[in-house]
Amino acid sequence: MLIANRGEIAVRVIRTCRHLGIETVLTVSDADAGSVPAALADRAIRIGPASAAESYLNVEAVVGAAVEAGADAIHPGYGFLAENPRLAQACEAAGIVFIGPGAEVLEAAGDKLAARGHAIAAGLPVLPGGMVADAGEAHALAGRIGYPVLVKAAGGGGGRGLRVVREPGQLADAVAMAGAEAEAAFGDPRVYLERYASAARHVEVQLLGDGRNVIHLGDRDCSVQRRYQKVIEEAPAPLLGETLRVSMRAAAVAFGQHLKYTGLGTVEFLVDPAREAFWFLEVNARIQVEHPVTEMVTGVDLVAEQIGVAEGRGLRLAQVGVGFAGHAIECRINAEDPAADFRPSPGIVTEAVFPAGPGIRVDTHVQAGSAVPAQYDSLLAKLIVTGADRTSALARLRGALARCRIEGVATNLPLLAALAGDAGLAAGGVDTGYLARWLEGAGRG
Amino acid sequence: MDLTNEDVADILALLDSLPYDELDLQTTRFRLTLRRTPDGWTQSTQVPVAPGVTETGGDGEEASRTGGEGGQAGGAGGQGLVAVRAPLPGTFYRAPRPGAAPFVEVGTRVRADTVVAIVETMKLMNSVHAGADGTVAEICLGNAELAEHGATLMRIRADP
Repeated sequence: MLIANRGEIAVRVIRTCRHLGIETVLTVSDADAGSVPAALADRAIRIGPASAAESYLNVEAVVGAAVEAGADAIHPGYGFLAENPRLAQACEAAGIVFIGPGAEVLEAAGDKLAARGHAIAAGLPVLPGGMVADAGEAHALAGRIGYPVLVKAAGGGGGRGLRVVREPGQLADAVAMAGAEAEAAFGDPRVYLERYASAARHVEVQLLGDGRNVIHLGDRDCSVQRRYQKVIEEAPAPLLGETLRVSMRAAAVAFGQHLKYTGLGTVEFLVDPAREAFWFLEVNARIQVEHPVTEMVTGVDLVAEQIGVAEGRGLRLAQVGVGFAGHAIECRINAEDPAADFRPSPGIVTEAVFPAGPGIRVDTHVQAGSAVPAQYDSLLAKLIVTGADRTSALARLRGALARCRIEGVATNLPLLAALAGDAGLAAGGVDTGYLARWLEGAGRG
Repeated sequence: MDLTNEDVADILALLDSLPYDELDLQTTRFRLTLRRTPDGWTQSTQVPVAPGVTETGGDGEEASRTGGEGGQAGGAGGQGLVAVRAPLPGTFYRAPRPGAAPFVEVGTRVRADTVVAIVETMKLMNSVHAGADGTVAEICLGNAELAEHGATLMRIRADP
């Protein structure tokens, strides 16, 4: 299998491949030739310079590497080309299995505007909004929806290319910048607007399908975000009414069935628990960064299931066979400095010590000596803890964070440690504005 | 990290019953160090990696060549020139998106809060402001070039 990615997800996929006895080939840019995933893969193939546009986003280079290596399949990880229909099409043309949904589903899911349309068709509630071609259209639509509005990239995802606009004067700039971010990250500058729902929670449902049957693997709460980047995720979503939880899971499965979904996918919702209401946000047609929390409470290896479906073996799991036990929490440890407005901190990691023990999992791609290039995202490691219940998981998280030590680059570990001890987070059910308010209160916003 | 989480848990279960506070396990493929601390165990792993090719953009050479010292460039004819510096290391972009017109050209009138460029670092777009009212006198880096932290991107001839 060729793994067309880098970082911790490359390590994660290699781990399951090794368990399954699958030989791995990793694509690397010049900046990653000396990376840990490059060392762990059975083979690494250089596909271009450090710039992602010329390496990890280069469909021809990736498929060329797969052909050269004689790979049977490509795992795209998340980000980069994971949701790019061109890669799926190129794989098909080259007779290589693409581990993910087909190109048509990727078109429908990856284009957030098309996904909105499919959600409506599948009977899911959506927020008022629509596409805008220029600043003039944006002003007209925002006027109808009412401020604040959210500017979103149609080709975006993973929180990039999102901006809240509170007044008309900021709209034109926001539309241009969101388009630029999306163009750079995803090669598609289209943007659309949606009403900005404040005080809502971000809850998502994990789907697994084989094109005929679609099941869910429960929900995750990812409300602890800063500028739409998830920081802490947990499963199951806490303090969610059973009726609401069941409705959301059913809506997600209905959406998956509507798309005849194949592989792993996540349906993201905004949730207003007080009103028992939820709205479709987007669907992510790939493995998520936060997938480990689902793995920890279900005991299912999502990458193994993803590979199983890609091999055309059909779902091995039935909905009734998916059980849920305990509570899992994940923290994203990033190379960024919370004391300097979260300035990214590329550099060389000089020391990387992580906690170990029962109920603790660390997914990382860094060790002492690892380079953290400026060209890619800042995720260094994910710390995942489990407990019999949420309270014990949080207690374990506090102890585990205290034992993390990363030197050489600035990290958000101090922030994570502070949050793990925060009464608001411990109470559960925080909304997506929680972290921004907390940072303001801590005088760090 | 060549070991699974379960492998590490198994080793720890074994260690817990033993009087040792540290285990340093070295194989040809990896080295795992486990240490007992008052709060619990820690792990650090080391796998041998290939010599890395790390792009450093000339290791600060660019910054020192064009960076100068202080905000004002000294010397003859340098009076009133204000350097616009990269707020972060990253890729310097002159336009909001590929194919679009550049934010500014030499000779463009700017105000202190005019966005004159973008520096992309770790997938985040950072707006760069002129920092002074005046006219763009010089653009020091090419589009899409890597800028070191603090590198001079442009010079603005500030209004008197």
